[in-house]
Amino acid sequence: MSAEEAPAQGATPGERVAIGISFGNSNSSIAVTSFDDKAEVIANEDGDRQIPTIISYVDGEEYSGQQAKQQLIRNYKNTVAYFRDYLGQDFKSIDPTHSHASAHPQEHDSTVAFTIQDKEEGEPSTVTVSEIATRHLRRLKQSASDYTGKQVNSAVITIPTNFSEKQKSALTKAATDAGLEVLQLIHEPVAALLAYDARPESKVADKNVVVADLGGTRSDVAVIASRGGIYTILATAHDYEYAGVHLDKVLQDHFAKDFIKWHGTDPREDQRSMAKLKLESEATKKALSIGTNANFSVESLAEGADYASTINRLRYETIARKVLDGFNRLIEGVVKKAGLDVLEIDEVILSGGTSHTPKIAKNFAAIFPESTTILAPSTTPTAINPSELQARGAALQASLIQEYESEDIDQSTHPAVTTVKHLTNAVGVLSITGDETKGIFTPILSAETAVPARRTIHINVPKEGGDVLVKIVEGGSHIKVTKEDPAKTNGNKEDDSDEDSDDEPEERREKIWKVGKVLAEASVKDTKKGGKVEVMINVAGDLAVTVAAREVGAKGGVRGTLSAP
Amino acid sequence: MATHANVSLPLPVLPEGWSGEKDFKAIGSISAATQRSIEPVGPHFLAHARRARHKRTFSEDDRIQAQENAKKVEDDDSGEISEPEDPSMLLRDAKDWKQQDHYAVLGLSKYRYKATEDQIKRAHRKKVLKHHPDKRAAAGGTEDDSFFKCIQKATEVLLDPIKRRQFDSVDERADVEPPSKKAAKDGKYYKLWSAVFKAEGRFSKVQPVPKFGDEKSTKEEVDAFYNFFYNFDSWRSFEYQDEDVPDDNENRDQKRHMERKNNNARKKKKTEDSARLRKLVDDAMAGDARIKQFRQEANASKNKKKLDKEQAERDAKEAKEKEKAKAEQDKKDAEEKAKVERESNKKNKEQAKAAVKKNRRVMKGSVKDANYFVEGEAPASAINAVLADVELIQGKIDADETAELADKLRDLKLAADIKKVWTAEAKRLVDGSKIKQSDVQALA
Repeated sequence: MSAEEAPAQGATPGERVAIGISFGNSNSSIAVTSFDDKAEVIANEDGDRQIPTIISYVDGEEYSGQQAKQQLIRNYKNTVAYFRDYLGQDFKSIDPTHSHASAHPQEHDSTVAFTIQDKEEGEPSTVTVSEIATRHLRRLKQSASDYTGKQVNSAVITIPTNFSEKQKSALTKAATDAGLEVLQLIHEPVAALLAYDARPESKVADKNVVVADLGGTRSDVAVIASRGGIYTILATAHDYEYAGVHLDKVLQDHFAKDFIKWHGTDPREDQRSMAKLKLESEATKKALSIGTNANFSVESLAEGADYASTINRLRYETIARKVLDGFNRLIEGVVKKAGLDVLEIDEVILSGGTSHTPKIAKNFAAIFPESTTILAPSTTPTAINPSELQARGAALQASLIQEYESEDIDQSTHPAVTTVKHLTNAVGVLSITGDETKGIFTPILSAETAVPARRTIHINVPKEGGDVLVKIVEGGSHIKVTKEDPAKTNGNKEDDSDEDSDDEPEERREKIWKVGKVLAEASVKDTKKGGKVEVMINVAGDLAVTVAAREVGAKGGVRGTLSAP
Repeated sequence: MATHANVSLPLPVLPEGWSGEKDFKAIGSISAATQRSIEPVGPHFLAHARRARHKRTFSEDDRIQAQENAKKVEDDDSGEISEPEDPSMLLRDAKDWKQQDHYAVLGLSKYRYKATEDQIKRAHRKKVLKHHPDKRAAAGGTEDDSFFKCIQKATEVLLDPIKRRQFDSVDERADVEPPSKKAAKDGKYYKLWSAVFKAEGRFSKVQPVPKFGDEKSTKEEVDAFYNFFYNFDSWRSFEYQDEDVPDDNENRDQKRHMERKNNNARKKKKTEDSARLRKLVDDAMAGDARIKQFRQEANASKNKKKLDKEQAERDAKEAKEKEKAKAEQDKKDAEEKAKVERESNKKNKEQAKAAVKKNRRVMKGSVKDANYFVEGEAPASAINAVLADVELIQGKIDADETAELADKLRDLKLAADIKKVWTAEAKRLVDGSKIKQSDVQALA
C-alpha cells in the first residue's frame, strides 16, 4: 500500500474528505456533497455514474467499470464480477450463479477467492474476494479524489439490511485496506429515504415508507416508519429471483429464439455469444426504460452471423410479465409482513437501476391507493434518479458525521442509543364529541413512533368558543372493507370514487381509526371564537406522558403527566 | 419538532359537571411498547443521539442548543461597562459640564477616545436605568437629578461627532505623560514612549499612525515614525476651552471682542501644542538609542572606505620604510665586516712578515751557530759564500717553507745536522729547478 493511503484510520475530523459510496453487487456509485450540502453523484474517468462492480485483468493491467465489463466477452476468466455478496462469506453460503460467465469463485481457507491472471507473467494468482473488493474500492476512491481534487480518505458505505456482522467487518476491512476510513455503514433503503428527505422542499412528517431497492442481482424491499425524521425499519424482504438480470434474461431468450429461427444456432450455448447477448440485452432493457422502442444489434453474435432486431416496450412488458409480477408480490408481501395495509403506506421509493423500468412503477401505483406517492422517474417528474439515491444518501450522511470523532460516531450508533421503545398504538385527541364511540380520533403521535417523542397539533375550537374538552386517547387503525353492490353505488350519491370502477361488486377499503384506551382528559376554558387549541404530547423514554394544552396565543394552559406503565 | 399539524375538526365542548384537579384528569397510561432499532442515519437521528447521550429532554435540548447559538451575542453585552462610580462624581452639577469627564460619567474611562458609538449608547442606557430620577426616588433617595443631567450632557457631547472631537482634543486624561529620563532607563524606554505616542497619535488626521516600535525596529520603521511625527497633521482644536461668548444681542462689540479673543487663544494653544509635540519628539529622539546606533552605523559605513584607504597607505609606507631600514642595515653590516677583514689581513701579513723575518734570523743564526760550516775562525769568503747561499734559498722559498725550514733548524746544534738540512733544502730547490746548481756555492 502506498504512503498516501496511510492516514486512513488516523484522520482527524478536520482532515477528513468523505464521500458516499453505494457498493452494489452489479454497480457502484460514488457521491460527494457540495458546499451547500447538496449531494452529487460523480462520474468516473469514463464518464459513468453507474460504475459496474467489475475488475478485469489484461496482461497484468487492471481495468475497472465499463471497460472491465467489456472484458466479459473475450477475457471472462480474468474478470471478476458480482463479488460484493461474497464478502465475509464462506464458500458454502454463497450463490455463485451470477459468476457463471466470469471468474469462478473458489473456496479458499475460510473465505472465497478467484484464480485470475492479474500479472503480466507467471502463474495465475489466487486473489481473495476481500482483496478484489479493496481493489475496486481503491478505484472508486481514486475517481472521487480526481473529481474533488482532494485525497479522499473516508466514506459512508451503504449495505443491504441483511448484511451480517461478518460481512460488515469484511467490508470495513476491505475499505480500510483501500485507504478509506469507514465512518459508518448505513442500510441501503435508509440511504435512499435520506436522499429524498434531505431535499429542501421535503417536510419532516410522520409517514410510512416502502423502499423498493430493485438491483441487478437482487431486490430488497423495506418498510420504514419515518417519524419526525427518525427512521425505523419495520420489515424487510430480500429476493434473488426477481431482479434486473431476470429482465435481461427475458430479452436474451426472446432474441436468442429469434436468432435460432434465422440461423439455426443457439447463441446461448457459446460462451462468447452468450456474453454478447447479455450485454446487448441489458443495453436494450435500459433503452426501453427511456423510449418506447429499442434496437438490439450485435455484430457476429454466433458463427459469424450478425444480428439486428427491434422491440417495443409493450412487447417487452408482455414477455417480462412474470418477472414484473414478481416485484408486485414482493412489495405486497413486505407490507403485510410489517403488519400494515397498503392504505397506510404514504410513500413508495423506487431505488436501484431496475427501478427505471416504467412498468414496475405503474404496477406499484396500481397496488397502492392514490394517496400514496410513488417516487419513481416515470410516475413522479421530480423523482431523483433511482440509481443515485443510495450514493446520495451515503454522501449526505458522510457530510453529517464527518466532523465527529470516530469514537463519537461509534457511541452514537451503539445499540444503547439506537434501541428504543416504539409506541404500539397511536396517541391522539378526540374531536367533535367526548363520547368515545362517536368521537373522531385525530392522531398526534403515530404508532411505531420511537420514544422519546414530542408532537404538537393545533385543533379548532367549536365555532362559538367557550370551554372545551381535550381527551387524549389511544387509537388503532383498522381497515374497513365494505362490499358494495354496484347498483346501489350508482343509485346512491357516492362521493368517494375509488381507484377502480368496474361493474363487478367492488370492495371498498378505507382506513379508519378505532378509539382505544382513554389516557387523559383536560379542559381549556374560555376559548375565543374561531380560536385554536394547541395540544402537545411528550412521551418520555420510559413511556411517561406529559400532556399540555393551551389556547393558541394565550398564556398558561393545562399541563399534566401520566406515569409510565 | 417545531412544526405542528393543523386539525380543522373542532374539539368537543366541555360536558357539564366535568371537573378535574387543575383542569386535568389522568385516566390511564400508555400501552406497552415494542423495542425496535432505529436507523442511525440522518440529522434527526443525530439530535436523538445527542439527547440520549446527554440525557436531555426535548425542551432542555432545545434550550441548550439555543443557548449555544445565542451565547456569543450575550457575551458581548455584558462586562465592558462596569466601572465603579466615584462618589464625588455623583455630586456634580450639570452646569459646569465643561469640567466634567464625560467618559467617566458614562463609565467608559478606560476606553476614552477608543469607545465606539455603540459602547457609548449602551453605557448611556445602563446609566439611565440606574440613575434616572424616578429610580432614585423609588429607592428612597432625593429627587435630585443633577447627575442624571450630567449623564445626558455627557451622552450629548459624546454622541455628536463634532462635540466629541472638541472634547477629545482637550481630554488630558487620555494623555500619557512622557517618561522622565530616570524612568526611561533600564529597558523601559520603548514601552513608555510607545504609550506616549500612541496617545498622541489619536490626534492625527492620517491614520493609522506608525508605531514607536522597539529596539528591534528597522531603520526604515524608525525613520518613518519620526518623519510622521515631525510632519504631524493634527485635528486637535481648542474650542472646548473657549470662554463663553455672551449671546445676548446687547453688546455686539463685546461679543466680537470675545470671539476674537477666543480665536487668538485657540491659535495660540494650537501653536503651543505643535511646539509641545515637537519638543516631545525631540526628547524622544534625543534619548533614542536606535538613532545613535543608526547614525553610528551610517558613519561607520561612510568612513569605512576612507579608513581602508588610509590604512592601505599606511601599510604601504610602513613596508617601504622597513625595507629601506633593512637595506641600510645590510650595507652597514657589510662595511663593518669588510673593515674587520681588512684589519685582520693586515695583521696577518705583518705577523707573517715578522715570522719570516724571525725565521730568516733563525736560518742565519743556524749557519752562524754552525760557524759557517768551517773549523776555527771562519774566513770572510766562506762566510760570504754561506750567507749568499742562505739568502739565495731564502729568496726562493715562501713564508710557509721558510717557517718549515726554520722549525727544522731551530733546535739543531751540530754543524753537520744543520748543513744536512741546508743541503737538503738546496737540493730540493735545485730539483724543483727553482735555483741553479751553479748558483749554490757553499751548501751544495
